[in-house]
Amino acid sequence: MTTFSSTSDAFNATLAAGWSLPNMKDIIELAYMVAAGLFIFSLHWMSDPKTARRGVFAGVAAMAMAILFTWAKPDVTRHLWIILPIALSVWPGIWLANVPLTAVPQRTALSHAFGGLAAGLVGTAKFLYWYHNDPGMLTAFRVGAIVLEVLLGYLTLTGSVIAAAKLQEVKWIPQRPWVYPGQNIVNLIAFGVAVVAGAVLIVQPTAAYAPYLFFGIIFLALNFGWMLVMPIGGADMPTVIAILNAYAGLAAVAMGFVLDNKLLIVAGALDGSSGLILSIIMCKAMNRSFSNVLFGAFGQVQAKAAAGEQKSYKPESPEDAAAMMSQASLVVVVPGYGMAVAQAQHKVRELYDQLKKKGVDVKFAIHPVAGRMPGHMNVLLAEAEIPYTDLLEMDDINQDMPVCDVCLVLGANDVVNPAARYDKASPIFGMPIIDADKARMVYAVKRSKNPGFAGIDNELYFLDKTRMLFGDAKAVVGELVKNMAPSASMH
Amino acid sequence: MLLPVTSHAIGVLAMGAQAAEKAAGGAVQSAGDNAHAVQPLDFVSMLFAFMLATFIGIGVIRRVSRLLHTPLMSLTNAISAIAVVGSIMIAGGEHYPTWVRVMGACALFASMTNIISGFMITDRMLKMFHAAPEGQAK
Repeated sequence: MTTFSSTSDAFNATLAAGWSLPNMKDIIELAYMVAAGLFIFSLHWMSDPKTARRGVFAGVAAMAMAILFTWAKPDVTRHLWIILPIALSVWPGIWLANVPLTAVPQRTALSHAFGGLAAGLVGTAKFLYWYHNDPGMLTAFRVGAIVLEVLLGYLTLTGSVIAAAKLQEVKWIPQRPWVYPGQNIVNLIAFGVAVVAGAVLIVQPTAAYAPYLFFGIIFLALNFGWMLVMPIGGADMPTVIAILNAYAGLAAVAMGFVLDNKLLIVAGALDGSSGLILSIIMCKAMNRSFSNVLFGAFGQVQAKAAAGEQKSYKPESPEDAAAMMSQASLVVVVPGYGMAVAQAQHKVRELYDQLKKKGVDVKFAIHPVAGRMPGHMNVLLAEAEIPYTDLLEMDDINQDMPVCDVCLVLGANDVVNPAARYDKASPIFGMPIIDADKARMVYAVKRSKNPGFAGIDNELYFLDKTRMLFGDAKAVVGELVKNMAPSASMH
Repeated sequence: MLLPVTSHAIGVLAMGAQAAEKAAGGAVQSAGDNAHAVQPLDFVSMLFAFMLATFIGIGVIRRVSRLLHTPLMSLTNAISAIAVVGSIMIAGGEHYPTWVRVMGACALFASMTNIISGFMITDRMLKMFHAAPEGQAK
């Protein structure tokens, strides 16, 4: 029954306390198994908004079990070293949980950085400790796992910090992709060096130079992270966040291999598969491959596309737009990042109320990559108390678009660009889009007359049935609401 | 309705671990007190758990409502902070020198921050989701 107690500390503890301890070990292992099961249920309950909150409780219960039973391990005796960090983490934890919902993408990226840091630190500590005190523990498998853990952990750390800074629009980080000639070659060479260093370390983990090699790998991993994320533009952030999510999970798996702990492996694998699936969904929604997102540098292709002939917009006043929408029977709103930037979701709610009062049906068309992280729009609209039953996925709403009277494009751009259907030269060619152009009338709210984030002209804006409402999304929707309110409609 | 699938999968996971343990058990007896001799067999059962958990994860995550992808991310954030287990073992471990424990304490701080903020913000977001009131739904 000592199968699980293979780490040296656990082994020593078993020796010290004789045969009464394995029972405690079994209890802890059983608790870990229950916790792993609860994590699976936690994610399972996320399948439906009705049961989702139960999922959080299951997750909290599982995590509490994991913490308490680990703490109860016989060789965990320095309690102050545990209590102090936990006490210190309460305030930042609560603070990070209460950021405005528009800042959720940054928060998520930042917490990936924390996850990466934790994995990296544990891997580093374990390797150096074993190297100096118990070289026998450095088997090929363990060293391989440590190298993986440290690589993924530190890469996630710096990559996520850059991603968070980009999302926060910090001044010293360029929003546009940051590229230089030969970038991919430099990255590839650095990656090759890291792989070779890792292989040498696996073969000779106890050599005199091993710690230097180890720190070299850490140095490379830290640089990898930011080098991978710097060339990626804001529009690709949903995919990048999902990939970093997967990395953070895999780092936890690697830690599980190092520490011989199946709970870490299971929970990390759940997290890893979540990041994997989300990034696949994001990539499909943009008709791009992983490698294209990571190495494609979205910003480069558009130089020639932007040089096309100047077409003219047809502006419209909010009064006329409001009158038109009031007479519609179905209005579809397509929200995008512009709505999040302007924090317009509460004004959108007022518009929704006004239209519903007039008997107009209002639906929201949510593109998978709208916003800066998966599901971003849903959360913002839910915050404004718009029922989730009116938030429809792209495939569902597209069937209704031909009978839609007015489509209001609110700060979205690429996800409604018809060029994705046929223009092979367009960087977004093949991307599934919301069929805004099939609606009878389109109103597009746009901050300025410049092309959108990707720098691509959107021909939806130049169709005969399209009218532009220029201005900040919140201000424009506010105007629409004002013109729709009962007092305004009297005359 | 989907529960039988998941619980079945948990059963499979447990069985995998058991089978691997049984295989390792023989080695333990013959190896006697030498814990290091068990190592070569242990990683098989770990890879086993990893493979099964990945399949379960993919199966479960694919069913997550697209509405909830943002809360899903913050929930998996909190779950991946399971690194807290390793951090506690290092920060509070009896035999470690201080420099190891400092690194463990930093890792523990990072993981605990993720656990607290991850679960709290997930619940905060999920509270906001509600269906259309009866009668108004179309």
